[in-house]
Amino acid sequence: MPNSSLIRDLSRVVGRRWVLHEPEDLLVYEYDATIERGLPEAVVLPYNANQVSQVVRIARRHNAPVTARGAGTGLSGGAIPCDGGIVIVTSRMNRILEVDAGNRIAVVEPGVINQDITDAVAPHGLYFAPDPSSQKVCTIGGNVAENAGGPHCLRYGTTTNHVLGLEIVTPEGDLVWLGGKTADPPGYDLTGLVVGSEGTICIVTKVIVRLMDCPQSTVTLLAIFDEVDQASHAVSAIIGQGIVPAALEMMDRNTMRAVEEAVQAGYPPDAGAVLLIEVDGLEEETREQADSVRAVCEELGARELRIGFSAEDRERLWAGRKGALGALGRLAPSYYILDGVVPRSKLPAVLRGVYEACDSFGFQVANVFHAGDGNLHPNVMFDERVPGATQRVLDLGEVIMRLCVEAGGTITGEHGVGYEKRNYMSWIFSEDDLEVMAGVKLAFGATDLFNPGKIFPSSKGCGEVSSRMKAAIAKVGPDAYV
Amino acid sequence: MADNPPFSGPFAPSDADLSRCVHCGLCLESCPTYTETGLETESPRGRLYLIKAIAEERIEATPTVVGHLDLCLQCRNCEAVCPSGVPYGRIMEGARAELLANRPPLAWRLRALFLREVIARPRRMAAFATLLRLYRASGLRWLAERAPFLRERVILAPTISGPTFRARGVLARPRGEARGRVALLIGCIMPHAYGRVHEATVRVLARNGFEVVAPPHQACCGALNAHNGDRPTARALARRNIDAFLDAGVDAVVVNSAGCGSAMKEYGELLADDPDYAEKAKRFAGMVKDVTELLAELPLEAPTGRVEADVTFQDPCHLAHAQRITGAPRELLAAIPGLRLVEMAQPDRCCGSAGIYSLAHREMSLDLLDGKMREIAATGAEVIATANPGCMAQIEAGLRRHRRPGRVVHVVELLDEAYR
Ligand SMILES: Cc1cc2nc3c(=O)[nH]c(=O)nc-3n(C[C@H](O)[C@H](O)[C@H](O)COP(=O)(O)OP(=O)(O)OC[C@H]3O[C@@H](n4cnc5c(N)ncnc54)[C@H](O)[C@@H]3O)c2cc1C
Ligand code: SF4
Ligand code: SF4
Repeated sequence: MPNSSLIRDLSRVVGRRWVLHEPEDLLVYEYDATIERGLPEAVVLPYNANQVSQVVRIARRHNAPVTARGAGTGLSGGAIPCDGGIVIVTSRMNRILEVDAGNRIAVVEPGVINQDITDAVAPHGLYFAPDPSSQKVCTIGGNVAENAGGPHCLRYGTTTNHVLGLEIVTPEGDLVWLGGKTADPPGYDLTGLVVGSEGTICIVTKVIVRLMDCPQSTVTLLAIFDEVDQASHAVSAIIGQGIVPAALEMMDRNTMRAVEEAVQAGYPPDAGAVLLIEVDGLEEETREQADSVRAVCEELGARELRIGFSAEDRERLWAGRKGALGALGRLAPSYYILDGVVPRSKLPAVLRGVYEACDSFGFQVANVFHAGDGNLHPNVMFDERVPGATQRVLDLGEVIMRLCVEAGGTITGEHGVGYEKRNYMSWIFSEDDLEVMAGVKLAFGATDLFNPGKIFPSSKGCGEVSSRMKAAIAKVGPDAYV
Repeated sequence: MADNPPFSGPFAPSDADLSRCVHCGLCLESCPTYTETGLETESPRGRLYLIKAIAEERIEATPTVVGHLDLCLQCRNCEAVCPSGVPYGRIMEGARAELLANRPPLAWRLRALFLREVIARPRRMAAFATLLRLYRASGLRWLAERAPFLRERVILAPTISGPTFRARGVLARPRGEARGRVALLIGCIMPHAYGRVHEATVRVLARNGFEVVAPPHQACCGALNAHNGDRPTARALARRNIDAFLDAGVDAVVVNSAGCGSAMKEYGELLADDPDYAEKAKRFAGMVKDVTELLAELPLEAPTGRVEADVTFQDPCHLAHAQRITGAPRELLAAIPGLRLVEMAQPDRCCGSAGIYSLAHREMSLDLLDGKMREIAATGAEVIATANPGCMAQIEAGLRRHRRPGRVVHVVELLDEAYR
């Protein structure tokens, strides 16, 4: 058994059933939704904050790094244990501890599923605004760590705008509260610092979330265009009108093709792009905005407009968008999702650049993204089994990221830096900037205990197997885990 | 590596199927064994990854891995929500077939033997049914379910009451305008455990203008064999059914057991590589209809009576996820005057029956059943309708376990009552 004293110590805290250490079990914790891989030495499923704190202390004693994991839907390799060590999974910490409808807050454990918060507070006419497309499965802990966004973040902001306080476990293993139940507590905004820190400075064990009133009225429009260019111009034009839609999403032809197969959304096969636009607020306001949006789209050459007022009709219009990423699995065995941001006005030019780059590398690309925020998600289709394909896709990714940065944008809108994009950090931050960031991490007392190998540039590969792991592998079979 | 690595045989999941999974995780929350345990090893994504790892010879099929694959209910909820269209059911059946052919655990071999030599053999099945009938009639069940040590162990054991459905040949002539001629699958367990459902089915079909026949040479559908990895037996049974039903000269093959219907709709795939049967199997599969599916497509004969009851509907996994039929049974219930349909939360979450799963994995099965009973209780409905014998037996066990009153029926039984 690999490092049996570590396993024994962990078992004493959480119970034997909740410590995984057999190589076959560890195997399914080597991935998330990306193409990176890295094997842990042990996986622990604590039941509460107290157990997390004890696990962290044990990890320190054994000099084992700790990586938190929610649902493993991350798109930057965040939950992959690059240096082996312990993975703390939050799936058993999934209780909604308190709903205070009057004050519009809820206190939840980190393993609670994003959608479950909204479902639990819906009877009070409230909802949790951040809505990543993965919201039916991803955890609030993962949302906090990645500062997750979603279609509706255009108007309402990302996770950071909806988290008031956090209970965390520090690298010392102490349980500490940051922020609180009121907005804007005095002193440093440490909550804001932890949101988006990708599990590198602490483990989140409770989250106080802000809830919002469900809008009185919502209208969803779907505008179909012949050309991607027309659609990207419409995006700028809509916002130029002074309208801030709740959501403004774009899908291109390849995406529509996949979606059509998966959910039969009724997209015309020869269309170039669709925009999905949602406006919400007071009844009268939304009607007016919907009318202006419609006028803008028509003027810019939309060939068809569909409008949904009722919840069912709107859900139907959204179905294609929500299932889009997964549906891309129908076009090719693997896909690589990029996440970059560009100024809205540069969308048409950068998109053209993306198509050209993919062409020159010989890969198909499907674009489905938060157009209103200028948050691009080119999905590059490829076949992992073709030798060398993965590396060429990664190279292409780098080219596309450069396009974004050169257009005045940045390397991630919502998926985080994680492992995948740590080396691009130096394109946008100077040595000094990065040193300040590293200083913050150190101030928390986190050296390389939490999620090492993430965010900060480094040349070490993910999953470079530790010697301890190698010994374990040797016991299962000679060819295992190569 | 081993000399004969598993997953290289004829049933091995194809590379194309396996590589469809992009490990996005969108299936996780729909998987009962994942939400119960929180373990990736008990999730669809994890199981697919393990199967792939065995196929790629990264790992061997150790007892640990086999355990994870075995805890899968094959409820196919994951398949229904997977946006990439991963054919999970087909992959898992293939994997189990390979494992059963390759030094399988003793429990697997015994299970396959029991399914092949008892359940799928009408005479032995009838004898077995007699035993189960006795178990109940003698008061033994009553005793066992009240004995503290036994209670948990026996609560999910199948029990049987009511008369066996024995009729074959022409079962009914159409009433009113004739719409066609259909054949009914009798099945292995249904005629013994729920003969009354067959009777109701025949009456409802006749009332709607169908001549109903039961070809005498038909066999068990083979679903349980296929789920448990016994592909050869499943294929043999499929061939017998294809011959029996195609000879009957009918317009459709009607099935009132969702699990059987789903397996029969997949005969085309099961026999795709059989030169003599591939084409026939495809044709046959196209004729198979769940009874609710067939009826909902008709201009339904309007019920003359009323059924005054609060009814909740439990979607059988193999109807909702494998056959993707969720609207039809609800439409039928809505057509019954007086009946109030009260939906439970997650009606398509597996009740834990899953063929013989409830016997093989009692603890998981009971956990799922308890969750289901909570959702049912929350509706306040006194009647629980479903469309599969396994689900009916499981929910009946749930009512006994929780000492709750309530009546479990097949949807067609309610329709039949409304026609009286
Ligand atoms: C189909 C699909 C669509 C998606 N759509 C969107 C989208 O629209 N917007 C968006 O922003 N993202 C999206 N994502 C990415 C992903 O769902 C989000 O990043 C999500 O927040 C990850 O949550 P998770 O629970 O899966 O976290 P994981 O992947 O398990 O972990 C992500 C990171 O969070 C850290 N972490 C997890 N829990 C804790 C904790 N308790 N304490 C500290 N650190 C922790 C991990 O260490 C890791 O670094 C999508 C992903 C998929 C597969
Ligand atoms: S089975 Fe489908 S939904 Fe599940 S991880 Fe694979 S691709 Fe995603
Ligand atoms: S078939 Fe059911 S139990 Fe098995 S992995 Fe899929 S959802 Fe889970």
